[in-house]
Amino acid sequence: MFTGEDVAATLAQLGISHVVWLPDSALGPWEAALEASPIKLVRACREGEAWAIAAGLYLGGAQPLVMIQNTGLFESGDALRNVLFDLQLPLYAVIGYRSYLVPDSPDTAKRFTEPILHAWGLDSILLERPDTLPKLAAHVRACQAAGRPGVALLAEGKM
Amino acid sequence: MSEQVRTAARPAPQRRMPLVPALEALRDQRRADEVVVTSMGSAREWPKLSRHPLDFIYVPSAMGQAQSLALGIALAQPDRPVTAISGDGSLLMNLGSLVTLAASGARNLTLVVLENGIYEVTGGQRTVASSPALAPARVDFAALALAAGIPSARRFEELSAWQSAADATLRLPGPRVIVLSVEPVADYELPTPKPAISQRAARLRTVLAP
Repeated sequence: MFTGEDVAATLAQLGISHVVWLPDSALGPWEAALEASPIKLVRACREGEAWAIAAGLYLGGAQPLVMIQNTGLFESGDALRNVLFDLQLPLYAVIGYRSYLVPDSPDTAKRFTEPILHAWGLDSILLERPDTLPKLAAHVRACQAAGRPGVALLAEGKM
Repeated sequence: MSEQVRTAARPAPQRRMPLVPALEALRDQRRADEVVVTSMGSAREWPKLSRHPLDFIYVPSAMGQAQSLALGIALAQPDRPVTAISGDGSLLMNLGSLVTLAASGARNLTLVVLENGIYEVTGGQRTVASSPALAPARVDFAALALAAGIPSARRFEELSAWQSAADATLRLPGPRVIVLSVEPVADYELPTPKPAISQRAARLRTVLAP
């Protein structure tokens, strides 16, 4: 969808200091570019950890971004609930939307992603095409300005 | 052969120290610029021992995430010591965090695990690590930390040993893990700190990143 270089440059322009991630096959190719950028890459073992680490980074004055797959969104519900709703931290996440681009996919990860995000009441956008990086940047800026959390769903093919 | 090795590795039955003096020994080593994140049992006792603007009572929490939240603070503030105090049940929920902590290289981070073998919050049920099926062996959390790549991990059962070694242990290369075998507390009640955690979080960020 996007090149790692373009993503890294966009996030750096947005003031993102750390990407806390557990990537999937669509996000993973960005690794080298993110590592080569000024952004610090923090690797987690489970997605719940990623939200908590990002929360601590934010409390410490950094500007983190969480990057995980939608399966990780399901796994990390309690951590997400705690940091976004109990602590009320305005964290932003880029979430790989597995199987979105596969018509009639039986993948239940596709089936439940948007209903889950809706249930959390999170402000989200869908990035479907390679020319939508400006849309991501605008949404991150809007969420930062409003002091609210946000999510960008990155349309993906098969797992 | 493997059975011989396993038998030889079994530790002696564990002893436990009282919780409050164990925490007092930690408090006495606390630096003025140090962030202390407490959860579960420590969140009940620590506020009785310490009133500090860099205390963060992580209640309500996401169980198992105290050390991860502390790691984030430590990475954002690499020159500031950060300590997370959590329980063995919480660590069992997030064992992978030991690897994350180790890989982070956060030399300013300390994780103190209060090992009492039970879930105090829910009424004292045994953790999986305390299952009778595992007896007389026990899960060695300090050994797990070392195996995960944590450079320094120590476990204490005797209060006097912990009290005399606390200073030196807290100076070991970080990230460091300290496991304190502590007595369970009866009649546990989870505190409800005031003000709300969102306000305490905002206040902490203001102090850390004015």
